[in-house]
Amino acid sequence: MTTFQVPTLAQMTAEGKAPEVLFWVGCAGSFDDRAKKITKAMAKILHHTGISFAVLGTEEGCTGDPAKRAGNEFLFQMQAMMNIQVLNGYEVKHIVTTCPHCFNTLKNEYPELGGNYHVEHHSQFLNRLLNEGRLKIEGGSFKGKKITFHDPCYLGRANDEYEAPRALLEKLDVSLKEMRRCKKNGLCCGAGGAQMFKDAEKGTAEINHVRADEAMETGAEIVVAGCPFCNTMLTDGVKNREKEAQVQVLDLAEMIALAEDL
Amino acid sequence: MTYLPNILFIAALATAIVVFAKKVGRIRKNIGLGKDTDRSDRPSDRLQNMLRVAFGQSKMQARPVAGVLHFIVYVSFLIINIEVLEIIVDGIFGTHRVFAPFLGSAYVPIISAFEVLAVLTVVAVLIFWWRRNVSKLDRFHKPEMKGWAFTDANNILYIELVLMFAFLNMNALEANFADAHHSFLISQYIAPLWSGASEWGLHFGERLFWWVHILGIFAFLNYLPYSKHFHIILAFPNTYYANLEAKGRFENNAAVTKEVALMMDPSADPFAAPAPDADAPIERFGAKDANDLSWANLLNAYTCTECGRCTSECPANLTGKKLSPRKIMMDTRDRIEEIGQNIATNGSFLDDGKSLLGDYITNEELWACTSCNACVQACPVDIDPLNIIMKLRNFATMEESSAPGALNAMMTNVENNGAPWPFNQMDRANWINE
Repeated sequence: MTTFQVPTLAQMTAEGKAPEVLFWVGCAGSFDDRAKKITKAMAKILHHTGISFAVLGTEEGCTGDPAKRAGNEFLFQMQAMMNIQVLNGYEVKHIVTTCPHCFNTLKNEYPELGGNYHVEHHSQFLNRLLNEGRLKIEGGSFKGKKITFHDPCYLGRANDEYEAPRALLEKLDVSLKEMRRCKKNGLCCGAGGAQMFKDAEKGTAEINHVRADEAMETGAEIVVAGCPFCNTMLTDGVKNREKEAQVQVLDLAEMIALAEDL
Repeated sequence: MTYLPNILFIAALATAIVVFAKKVGRIRKNIGLGKDTDRSDRPSDRLQNMLRVAFGQSKMQARPVAGVLHFIVYVSFLIINIEVLEIIVDGIFGTHRVFAPFLGSAYVPIISAFEVLAVLTVVAVLIFWWRRNVSKLDRFHKPEMKGWAFTDANNILYIELVLMFAFLNMNALEANFADAHHSFLISQYIAPLWSGASEWGLHFGERLFWWVHILGIFAFLNYLPYSKHFHIILAFPNTYYANLEAKGRFENNAAVTKEVALMMDPSADPFAAPAPDADAPIERFGAKDANDLSWANLLNAYTCTECGRCTSECPANLTGKKLSPRKIMMDTRDRIEEIGQNIATNGSFLDDGKSLLGDYITNEELWACTSCNACVQACPVDIDPLNIIMKLRNFATMEESSAPGALNAMMTNVENNGAPWPFNQMDRANWINE
């Protein structure tokens, strides 16, 4: 991975430089082995486009999303205030993140606590770069491949963004098969609201198994997600049905990195 | 003696209005038991939202069958009320079809149009009844729909049938009068059924149906506040006062912000701060009982018509968990009603040892929510069950420390090392060199 340097904001600031955008990696993106691949894909794309970017590195902390959704407003606000101090200290203006939970919290819940930034989910950011001609995607390797897109709740319903990820996929020339429940009616993967960190209550099925079934019913060879948690949940769902040899679960950033052979 | 019907009518009308107003006042008071929340911003957006969602029924159409049928009943309700206005004027002044001379040749087509709507309503209501009682749509038969909820739903359908039946037959009987002036599109075909009756019998029957129709409407009006059907009124204020922010933006707790700011301020001396107001009641974080919720939450609860679209979209409910967003709303309404009754009986609230969280909504339901907003999206009248769930979680976690153990472990990690998993914060950038 060290073919290029990923600078931290501390390093850049020490050199008297300011990046165009801060890449907010998030906890999953920093620590989860599967999500780290998404992080690396995103870093490669950023490097490829030549945009000056930085990460916070060890100065980044959980946005507080899972704490807030688990009812712990104290812990959430402590995390938020600490992050806001760091972000405001560096005079950060623009943030991109591959995690819809970080995206939602930074965008919607930080302003009231004094953190005002232009926050974009990577699907929005990359789509904008495409439209501005700063990123070019050749669809070659995915041409005609049957894929389906799972709308992350915190990107879709929570923030009404359904088109940016689809516009990116369109550029990859894939054959997009929508699930019965998609966009506004998309079914949750089962991880939101801090469910990722606990066992589900007693029921008749696991939410991620049901959602993985819905994704596979489309006949898709690749299930695309835009969230590290959805990615984990859907990967588990596919494995549970013993379909991991036939069906891949990938992030939007990984799709683009693969298409561009990065 | 000739004025007896007028007097009886005016008495019935006045009683209906007074009793209704009294009950509505009670509900208003109950909603007022909620905590304050500011929904006075963006009035023009709010008006637009109300016109689109409540008046225009935009979210109903997500399910076309129910959407179209509901639209028929709704339009018919709005329009047939013009006829009710005529009936009320007739009733007060002892006139008969007082609008006819004013509307002239338009009168017959107008009443005929009402009759067409009445027939369409009967058809729609019968299909609704079928869906509920025969084809047994899953969402109408969840555990919370037993008992009164189920009876109530059918009662509404029966009342609507009786009203439409009376309206059509009233016109049909009149068509048989020796001096009949009007013949309307639908009732002319019902008229032959009554043709054998005597002139006295026809007049008596016409009056009977006239009274059944209007007294039925008065009764229905007073049934509304006890029924889920109250949504026909509250859908309008509820959509006006709906949350217009992004659904992902959960409310900020300002009381916590104050505490956190104090904790993070190195120069703050907690002992130097004077007690702000020693007599002020101690505010609890989040909501334990229905009156800890906001008035907007309580308005939501009274608006809910128990259609169950929220529950049928809920990922937890779809996978057999106990959580049902509709039940959250029904529980909230039932509990605030109980609190209101308690206050009315005792002068002020007398502790009954019960609370919304625990006695109505269990922890098992509370912790099954994925906060995915599917319920909020699905609600045709912009009810937000998720907001209530989050306030209950605030209480459970911050006041009772009763969150599931795994979540407590996650929160400890966030607190200690800035991530939900037990990784060292210093390893956050390791991915760069891996």
